[in-house]
Amino acid sequence: MAFGAFGGGATAVAVEPAVRRRSPIALFLLLPGILYLALFFLAPLFSLILTSLQQPSLTGDIGAYETAFRWENYTTVIAQYGEHILRSFLYAAIATIAALLFSYPLAYFIGVKLRAFPLVQALALTLVIAPFFISFLLRTLAWKQILSDDGFLVTSLKAVSLMAPDAHITGEPIAVIFGLTYNFIPFMTLPIYTSLEKLDLRYVEAGNDLYASPARTFFAITLPLSAPGVVSGMLLTFIPAAGDYVNASRDFLGSTETPMIGNVIEANFLVLQNYPAAAALSIVLMATILILVAVYVKRSGTEDLI
Amino acid sequence: MNPVTRWFGTYALWIYSAIAFIFLLIPIAYTIAFSFNDSRRSNIAWRGFTLDNWLGICDAQGVCEAFGNSIVVGLSATVLATVLGTMIAIALVRFRFPFRNATTLLLFLPMATPEVVLGAGLAAEFLTAGVQKGALTVILAHTMFCISFVVVTVRARVASLDPALEEAGRDLYASPSQVFVRVTLPLLMPGIIAAALLSFALSFDDFIITNFNSGAYVTFPKFVYTAAARGIPAEANVIASAVFFIAIIFVVVSQLSAAARRKRLALQG
Repeated sequence: MAFGAFGGGATAVAVEPAVRRRSPIALFLLLPGILYLALFFLAPLFSLILTSLQQPSLTGDIGAYETAFRWENYTTVIAQYGEHILRSFLYAAIATIAALLFSYPLAYFIGVKLRAFPLVQALALTLVIAPFFISFLLRTLAWKQILSDDGFLVTSLKAVSLMAPDAHITGEPIAVIFGLTYNFIPFMTLPIYTSLEKLDLRYVEAGNDLYASPARTFFAITLPLSAPGVVSGMLLTFIPAAGDYVNASRDFLGSTETPMIGNVIEANFLVLQNYPAAAALSIVLMATILILVAVYVKRSGTEDLI
Repeated sequence: MNPVTRWFGTYALWIYSAIAFIFLLIPIAYTIAFSFNDSRRSNIAWRGFTLDNWLGICDAQGVCEAFGNSIVVGLSATVLATVLGTMIAIALVRFRFPFRNATTLLLFLPMATPEVVLGAGLAAEFLTAGVQKGALTVILAHTMFCISFVVVTVRARVASLDPALEEAGRDLYASPSQVFVRVTLPLLMPGIIAAALLSFALSFDDFIITNFNSGAYVTFPKFVYTAAARGIPAEANVIASAVFFIAIIFVVVSQLSAAARRKRLALQG
């Protein structure tokens, strides 16, 4: 899985693998970490399921709930927040496609054109991940200022009448989708780069030799060979984009017109103290993502997951 | 084909990539530039160049405390996650054990789960268990999502380790623990360091999971989020810029030294 693309560029040199043996040492090595994940990853998911089925406590206090099996919590949140759920997946899908269109040529340039210059290639990769080194929230706020009504971009567009005088960018869906795209571009570029970097150019030459047009060569050879990277990149972009609530937040690139599922979960959990609603929405989001992941796992097998 | 189209055809990808790199760097340049802004209360309009923000980082209320908290959380989560993750990585590559696929899936899922679900889940668990939110809950949460990334990073290093080197140690009558400490661990060190840096970076910039589990404890991203409603002090830009420079210098130096090493090896070969 190209999640490993974030492993600091530790490209594994192929060595004859050591024979895996059985030993009690394995248990000693695995147990602490596995228990940790059971306690702080699996148990919380279980806890979310329990919380999502709770009913308000009889005392009627705000934020007080008791254990129950109130399945209607799910139908309630889907009816109440269906619009937000759909909006999240729509925004995330558009951002994923935009990031793919942006990243593919760039990844091709770094992975194929710069192959002859390893140092330049490494520095170009650094530029791609550079946005990760500056605070996520501050870089999103920077876009908010750049795209604001008083900003250079909007004032110039309005001056040449390319934008209506009363139009905005920030607060509109386009700004939220733009923010999601920008913030997760490295997640798309790196895995595609990892696939293209290994692309054997002799296949492309063979295509050219057989008089295929450049377009045909690309669609018949280059793109299929880089498909694993494209699929990983799409998952890695879609997942955080669908659950994000910073870009769509009113104080960042969104407005009251753009809340996504993450904003609703945050508001219900941390402000309204409506824990069952927040938990039910989290489970809905998680279930959708798990379906996507399951398709991916089925295709790639568990051994290559990490 | 006329020469202009041909020239464009040859260099289109170069031109596109140059524009793409500039685009990626725009908000970074903006954030750094506004760390030098002579801002009074809100750091939105440019009012002139000053070094005051850099010289008095802690002048803005709460910035330095939040930064310090982020460092404490980052270091603690990094140490915990690196130890736990490295142990798992070694086990995955070197040993046969039952439930191998289930283990791989358990390590993969936290990376594939939206942060808001991880955050809400932990918060629900802490709520049910009656645990008070604070520094400890943030550290526990950060360690959780860092472990998988450590495993991925260190695993690649373990897999590329030549078993002959450890055999040589054993042949020279080193005990298993001596082989581990004197041979295996030093060889794994670059992977472990990379994993630790990645963990620290992930922890330091995490906002979503932190927001659900921090209670009144303020980390740097949480400070920025809260301040966003009323205006970010320029000192926050200073801290973000300084962190950016340190990270970039670190990465570039390590790349340059890797390039120098490749060159040396090529010369020897």
